[in-house]
Amino acid sequence: MKYEVVMGLEIHIELATNTKIFCTCTTAFGGEVNTHCCPICTGMPGTLPVMNRKVVDFAIKAGLATNCTIANFSKMDRKNYFYPDLPKAYQVSQFDLPICEKGYIDIEVNGQTKRIGITRIHMEEDAGKLIHDEGGTGSLIDYNRCGVPLIEIVSEPDLRSAEEAKIYVEKIRSIMQYIGISDCKMQEGSLRADVNLSVRPMGQVAFGTRTEMKNLNSFKSILRAALHEEKRQIKEIENGNIIVQETRRWDDDLGKSFSMRSKEEAHDYRYFPAPDLVPIKVSDEEIISFKNSLPELPQARINRYINDYKLPEYDAKILTNSKDIADFFEEAIKYDVPPKKVSNYIMGNVRKLMNINNDEVPPFTGEQLAMVIKLVSKGTISSNMASKVIGFMYEDPKNPLLIVKEKNLGAMNDEGALIKIIDEVISQNQQSVDDYQQGKKKAIGFLVGQVMKQTKGKANPQTVNKMLVEKINNLK
Amino acid sequence: MTILKYHQMLINKEISALELTNLYYDHIEKNDEQIGAYITLCKEQAMNMANRAQEKINNQQATYLTGIPMAIKDNICTKDIKTTCGSKILENFIPPYNATVVEKLNSQEAIILGKVNLDEFAMGGSTENSYFHKTTNPYDNTKVPGGSSGGSAACVASDMAVYALGSDTGGSIRQPAAFCGIVGLKPTYGTISRNGLVAFASSLDQIGPLTKTVEDAGLVLNGIAGIDKFDSTSSNSGISDYTVNMKNDVKNKKLALPKNYLASGLAPDVKQSILQAIKVYEKMGVTVEEVDLQFTDYAIAAYYIISSAEASSNLARYDGVKYGYRSENFNNLLELYKNSRSEGFGEEVKRRIMLGTYVLSSGYYDAYYKKALQVRTLIKGEFDKLFETYDGIIGPTAPTTAYGIGEKTDDPLEMYLGDIYTVSVNIAGLPAISIPCGFDSQKLPIGLQLIGKAFDETTLLQLAYAYEQEVAK
Ligand SMILES: [Zn+2]
Repeated sequence: MKYEVVMGLEIHIELATNTKIFCTCTTAFGGEVNTHCCPICTGMPGTLPVMNRKVVDFAIKAGLATNCTIANFSKMDRKNYFYPDLPKAYQVSQFDLPICEKGYIDIEVNGQTKRIGITRIHMEEDAGKLIHDEGGTGSLIDYNRCGVPLIEIVSEPDLRSAEEAKIYVEKIRSIMQYIGISDCKMQEGSLRADVNLSVRPMGQVAFGTRTEMKNLNSFKSILRAALHEEKRQIKEIENGNIIVQETRRWDDDLGKSFSMRSKEEAHDYRYFPAPDLVPIKVSDEEIISFKNSLPELPQARINRYINDYKLPEYDAKILTNSKDIADFFEEAIKYDVPPKKVSNYIMGNVRKLMNINNDEVPPFTGEQLAMVIKLVSKGTISSNMASKVIGFMYEDPKNPLLIVKEKNLGAMNDEGALIKIIDEVISQNQQSVDDYQQGKKKAIGFLVGQVMKQTKGKANPQTVNKMLVEKINNLK
Repeated sequence: MTILKYHQMLINKEISALELTNLYYDHIEKNDEQIGAYITLCKEQAMNMANRAQEKINNQQATYLTGIPMAIKDNICTKDIKTTCGSKILENFIPPYNATVVEKLNSQEAIILGKVNLDEFAMGGSTENSYFHKTTNPYDNTKVPGGSSGGSAACVASDMAVYALGSDTGGSIRQPAAFCGIVGLKPTYGTISRNGLVAFASSLDQIGPLTKTVEDAGLVLNGIAGIDKFDSTSSNSGISDYTVNMKNDVKNKKLALPKNYLASGLAPDVKQSILQAIKVYEKMGVTVEEVDLQFTDYAIAAYYIISSAEASSNLARYDGVKYGYRSENFNNLLELYKNSRSEGFGEEVKRRIMLGTYVLSSGYYDAYYKKALQVRTLIKGEFDKLFETYDGIIGPTAPTTAYGIGEKTDDPLEMYLGDIYTVSVNIAGLPAISIPCGFDSQKLPIGLQLIGKAFDETTLLQLAYAYEQEVAK
């Protein structure tokens, strides 16, 4: 039987406010353990939360950028549960009156546009972090993250594959980066996703029983966890078992998920209105002014790249996927280099290195990339060498000209030496020369390759090609 | 002796702040063994403060509260001074910060003599629920002082402090004030910052003064009221001096007397005194009219649901992990939680945590908590309507006078009924004051309660002051 997977995502995003949601502690990542906290965010008896209005502003922006309706009246609620990383034993969140509701975003799946509904976006506070004392007998708690503001973006169950889920998260991430409310650094935990997933026989209308996988913090783990869970559920069903509604924990190292708790064991959070906080009121005028002040969103940039820089749609979409990359691109083209060339380097060499190193931005600037491109166009280095320079620059982001000098990567412009090598290659590869002379024009490529090999890539392949052709033609 | 009188003596150099402070520690030494009002004394800090106060007095910068010895209920955080909430679970809790009210007192060089007893986490009406010791009524040491601010009321009534701060969630300032024959003011919700008041029921809690006179209550309110950036539920009433209209004539004011306030359950002596007080008002030209308050009958149920629900959440942080007592007896996290809380909390607190947890549980929320919130809206509406016509509401503070220690401890429901006249005030967020209005046949004090319009403490104090002066003649 064929099955269809149905997924909805809850994405938690840490907001890039300077201070925490209810106190004036810094939200900076890292920092000595338990130094970014105060009596308020550690729930000291007698302390009270006071809403950081920036958090509300950011949540409204997130809602507007995802086509949500912004509530004129919303409130904070307490979600009660015991856990050592939660010093008050409740999390202040939003229950029945979230700040944003009923939005959507459009994603591109296999060249087709698909609309994914956003059920709601609400504001809440982050918890601390347990540090399991290696070798010791207990656990320690770092409260630095406690009270860092989050928004949770809840999607409709509109996603139909792990790939779609990944694209959706990428799009959400890119939008949030564009509007500047979060850096969405997944390795720092500022974007985490819970995946709700069920399967059903193709054509069935009713949803299957879903499971939830919590706290996935990389695209890779979202993709792998979803694929794994889809397979697991199908297998269970095919084996005649029923799916249990439960929360599962994904172990990225083992590539497996484990049952955490079933529906029966699920927490009763006993939500009720947070009595220490006043309701959040937002006027229509404020909403309109937020709308007008929203920065350029990815779609607008795509259009601009196509129209102004004459980039293919494909390039424009990839470049704008991440705001950091789009900004990097725009910085590079400021230095009078052809946009398409910049795009090629970013989508090729740079992106490859970023993937290998699991980076969100390259360690060098757009200006440095522009300098490399200029070195090629001036003939200082060969285009082959450009990749090497970028590689070195990635390891140590120095001035590319300095790298060329230090590593002796400059193009071989000494014609005498080059002629010598060309002569050698011609005499050692008579067959290819004959082939070329008999009209197999492709044979020249092999000869160019041989010369490049001899010069360790420093020669300019166009020059080599030209010289080879001349030489062979003169042989006649 | 009152704040006002001591203030004049300090200014006239008839007594120094240090002498006054010592005088009060002498009172405490003589009387507190019998009364048991204090949990912690902070003599060293008080002496230092007395010196600073004297400097201010000498520089003619004294406010009414400068140099006046006072006491603070032990659920209000004082930096470097133990704040126990009358609970084993916070027996050794030393806050690293001051409550906003304490900051305000310090900035005026008020002398904090010590921290006074209360029912554990302010839950109770007799101060018998304190983990540390019982407090007795200064009028009869076999009787309770009321509660939960029993220590505050007893120390003022026995002159072991010139005044005290208490907290009032359902009557916890007014009822002990009534039982101990002093003045207790519960201001409008939001008048005084709750920052640093260890929460019992956040939407109902309010700090207020327990004083010997109405005028003193106004002076303390002047010193501690005001909007606070650390409490988003605090308000700016716009009033800088609550005593400004206090001495104005009350002629032609109108008071409402809810019929059910004098119904069954009210002790005959108390009823008699209230009727007498009404006559006094009428004599002063105040109109008193009987009215119906139909939703008040649901106030106790709504109060115990809302307050317990909030308490169950507020007290969840005392789980043995970060705050409070940690059991030594556990093998895993769940046992750490269970045993710390079972061993650390007293019976009444546990009862309310269970009640509160229950009413918020899924499946019961709508039937209890949500209903209680609806009742709250109705009660508020009913009061609002009354205040369109009347300047205040008059009635008893408590259905009885102080009862015997141990008399009601086995019957929590009976104890809860003692809050019948006070809880609706907290539910509606209104200001109310209890003032002495005579004694019963056992020579125990009776309290008269006046309820005012939100943020109109000025009129409330004016009405209370007029009565106080009239009966003193
Ligand atoms: Zn903090």
